[in-house]
Amino acid sequence: METHDHSHDHAHIENPVDAAPGYYEVMETAVRELLIEKQFIGRGEIRRQIEVIDSRTPALGAKVVAHAWADPGFRSRLLADGRAACEEFGISFYDDTRLIVLENTHKVHNLIVCTLCSCYPRTVLGLPPDWYKAKPYRARAVKEPRAVLTEFGTDIPDDVEIRVSDSTAIVRYLVLPRRPEGTENYTEEQLAALVTRDTMIGVATINTVK
Amino acid sequence: MQDSSITAAKPQVSLLKALGEDPSLQVGDVVRVSVRYPVGHYRVPTYVRGKQGTIEAVIAPAINNEDEGFGRNSGLKGYYYRVAIPLTVLWPGYTGQPTDGLRIEIFETWLERI
Repeated sequence: METHDHSHDHAHIENPVDAAPGYYEVMETAVRELLIEKQFIGRGEIRRQIEVIDSRTPALGAKVVAHAWADPGFRSRLLADGRAACEEFGISFYDDTRLIVLENTHKVHNLIVCTLCSCYPRTVLGLPPDWYKAKPYRARAVKEPRAVLTEFGTDIPDDVEIRVSDSTAIVRYLVLPRRPEGTENYTEEQLAALVTRDTMIGVATINTVK
Repeated sequence: MQDSSITAAKPQVSLLKALGEDPSLQVGDVVRVSVRYPVGHYRVPTYVRGKQGTIEAVIAPAINNEDEGFGRNSGLKGYYYRVAIPLTVLWPGYTGQPTDGLRIEIFETWLERI
């Protein structure tokens, strides 16, 4: 490493934020600056919204799933209208999206994808994982879902129907995984601890890997 | 006696619905996704265009994004439908199970009744 004229010692790892902005990054900055300049939105509002999004994590979705497992009435309302049931549970929706909750059974396994971009149930799960936004998953989930699931370590029996829900517009999807056997005496907190992000996307089942 | 009071609360006239106020398609209808390639970004993936499916659910009406997205303040609402398409229909030579299927929400302007 070359000599520095400052005294403190630190590794020089390239920070991606320091790289030159790409075409779309420049466009986003330009649009954002214009919106601020014309007073449509304020800088504080943007910062606040980032904080709101970061406050949503898969732990929220796990609580919803655990509550649905524990309370049959809530489960019915959740399947009838995902958004209304989540709002009743205290989870606000900061956008105009609807939520359809897809129940896995011993006959049906649900998988969610957004082939056009990265639509994701952010209000209940937070930001999507990088692979969910990448083209290989988006292209293959609708074309060879069983091969994709196998790569995630999830084998779905041949007599189980796979339903892939492609989120294109106003609807977001959340998978309600199957409650594992032997959890009859679990508390909601213990149940929620079993539920991971991937089980609510549908690339894993609760039993895939402990 | 109690029941009649409930009936009386409803309007006694039949209302005429405006065009598009009610969904034009029903659950179970067989539809084809239009094959059109308008310039711009439309939320209908090309892999489903021209494919045949079945209406599985009517989704509550939403603002016409295809107008709004292009700067036209249409103020009009339209219906999205949850459409079921078997993966064997989408992908000839699909090697999974014949029951495997896609579910996708499509705006009414892209659906043709068969």
